[in-house]
Amino acid sequence: MELTTDRSEGTAVLRVQGRLTMAAAGELKAAVDREVADGRTLVVVDLSGTAFLDSSGLGALVGGLRSARAAGGDLRIAGVGQQVRTVLELTTMDRVLRPYATVEEAVGAGR
Amino acid sequence: MRQQLVLRVVVVLTLVLGVNYIAWRWLDSVNWSAWWIAVPLVIAETYSLIDVALFGMTMWKARRRDDPPAPAPGLTVDVFVTTYNEPVELVMRTAEAARDISYPHRTWVLDDGSRPDLAAAARAAGVGYIERSEDWTDRPRHAKAGNLNNALFQTDGEFLLILDADQIPEPEILDRVLGHFDDPAVALVQTPQFFTNVTSADPLGSQAPLFYGPIQQGKDGWNAAFFCGSNAVLRRDALMQLGLVGYVRETERSVREALHASRRLLDRAQRDAPDAVQAAVLHEVQEAAARALGSLDAGEPLSDVTYGFQREVDAISAQVVARDVASIQEDLAAIAALPIARDDEIGAVVVDEPALARLADREWSPLGAIESVQALVRAVDVDRGSEAQAVMPVATLSVTEDMATAMRLHSLGWKTVYHHESLAHGLAPEDLGTMMTQRLRWAQGTMQVMLKENPLGVRGLTVGQRLMYFATMWSYLSGFAALVYLAAPIIFLCFGVLPVTAWTVDFFARFIPFFLASQLLFVVAARGVKTWRGQQYALALFPVWIKAVWTAVANVWFGRPLGFAVTPKVRPDGTPSQWRLVWPQLLAMVLLVVAAVIGIVRASLGLSLWVGTTVNLLWVGYDLVVLSVVVQALRYRGFTGPEASPPSSARRRGIA
Repeated sequence: MELTTDRSEGTAVLRVQGRLTMAAAGELKAAVDREVADGRTLVVVDLSGTAFLDSSGLGALVGGLRSARAAGGDLRIAGVGQQVRTVLELTTMDRVLRPYATVEEAVGAGR
Repeated sequence: MRQQLVLRVVVVLTLVLGVNYIAWRWLDSVNWSAWWIAVPLVIAETYSLIDVALFGMTMWKARRRDDPPAPAPGLTVDVFVTTYNEPVELVMRTAEAARDISYPHRTWVLDDGSRPDLAAAARAAGVGYIERSEDWTDRPRHAKAGNLNNALFQTDGEFLLILDADQIPEPEILDRVLGHFDDPAVALVQTPQFFTNVTSADPLGSQAPLFYGPIQQGKDGWNAAFFCGSNAVLRRDALMQLGLVGYVRETERSVREALHASRRLLDRAQRDAPDAVQAAVLHEVQEAAARALGSLDAGEPLSDVTYGFQREVDAISAQVVARDVASIQEDLAAIAALPIARDDEIGAVVVDEPALARLADREWSPLGAIESVQALVRAVDVDRGSEAQAVMPVATLSVTEDMATAMRLHSLGWKTVYHHESLAHGLAPEDLGTMMTQRLRWAQGTMQVMLKENPLGVRGLTVGQRLMYFATMWSYLSGFAALVYLAAPIIFLCFGVLPVTAWTVDFFARFIPFFLASQLLFVVAARGVKTWRGQQYALALFPVWIKAVWTAVANVWFGRPLGFAVTPKVRPDGTPSQWRLVWPQLLAMVLLVVAAVIGIVRASLGLSLWVGTTVNLLWVGYDLVVLSVVVQALRYRGFTGPEASPPSSARRRGIA
């Protein structure tokens, strides 16, 4: 997995390129925590380059959501592909982590 | 019977005299001051004594069989004509002769070249045509062995007659040999190979009358008649059993290897793991692998062990998922407890059993993220996915499939038969380059088998069978001995360095009787067939034997491809590139002649004794006569005369 970050006032966009799996989950969770700690409490995880998500990856996303919420912000996901959507629906996690079509939409959805 | 008695007396005599000579050589006559040539020479001589002993043992029980009974009617037979790139007319000549074999059968052309024109010709001639199935695409093809294995699964005759593309069978071939299979333990009947495009002088040594005769009969006596790849009938049942046993063994071997290798890989993965949780998971997988290996060692069935291992890995995967889900639920609960109200339905999230199972299955498993684990899980399975067919009846471990196949048949308790009657006639190579390439491949194949499945250690073989296989392998080590036999007289004649302490009566009294006895053994064993050409090539092809040994060693022990030492492409018309093929032999001949001249000069000047010089001049003369065969071969321009016919003794039984 490759992680790139775009930062603006109060918002961070984390782009996950590759597979979001057990091997990568820790890194993503740490990145979210870092952004939140730095005051960018709206974190958007761009999954448009993510072909595969497993339970550990999902755990990292929810863990990130928890950090963001605790800081008064939010974690949103955008651009999910087929496999990721299936995992979210299967675990009914799409009700907690609502997939936005694009990063812009996710950022614009208000706070 | 009397002949056999005479032969045994000569064998014993030769061995007694041989041990007497070699023991004296080691104990009393090695010139240690010139150890660099003296020790190689005495080792080479010991090698030769062992070679003679193995030959004597081969001949000890030489078996000349009576005609088998006529075969029962109604046996089903498939006749396979194997081809890769031979001309269509040549293949069809054999296929039509095969079709015309009198005993009822079906004929198939096994075309490894998938040539449409051959397919059409086969159809027109009314014979079957088989090419490789799609399963072979992008998988190891295993040359002729693969070709046969492919055909075995597309046919169903009880017996298989295998013919090389150029081996034209006699119509009565099946009637003559099928009777041997009345013995239900017989798996194979091999008949001789005889070549029709060879002059009586046979400059390329193509005919092997000593092998397709006394030697095969000798091996037959020990129930170790060799399979030679063509002109042989096999029992399908036996081959299939071989395939199944081989499949189990092969699978167990690869599972074992994967489990062993996983220990190291998982160690490394644990060190590189991003966090403690992952390291712990890897450790669990490692323990499961260790348990699986333990169960294999305890003799538990392979299928149980692999299934159990897969289940354990699945369980570990399920644990990881359960842990992930637990942490998700904990996070969700924490979020729900936050004072800030949200419009989502956090309280309602429940991950049910099917969802958990799905997250843990092979496709989505978090363990899949760890490559080492994934590869291990794939390898510890019984489907042998890297091969075109899980079951490979004809052995694929060597470039010469025949020897390994027969050895494995023997190890399972099957019998083989050598039927001494020429029933198919083929074409031999007509130029030195092709002939040398062919010999190189045979030698390489034999050495591969020796290094991968040494007959001395193969379970299920009798002592006699072990030694019969070992004898053939041992004989291919002769290249190194030949080098010493060529070097020793040159070194003495040029520099006066003696490999033995002295050329004294002691020496002659021990050497000459042994030498004469072993020659006598050869003559008696050969029973009148021409063996001189074979003897010449056994020495004269020393560079081929040496190359075969080192390429096979490099292949088996160091994984290098065998073909990295291919014979250079030769124009078969005898242009200078042919000379390059035999430069070591030509160089040796020049050195021998030069050494002879120098030796005579040195003796005339009183620098060395005439006794030693004479002995070494005789030795040089012998070497030159033997090596001269390559000059004859170089001058050979291919076959033009009338077709040769097999000696009457081989055509019909009656040799006894």
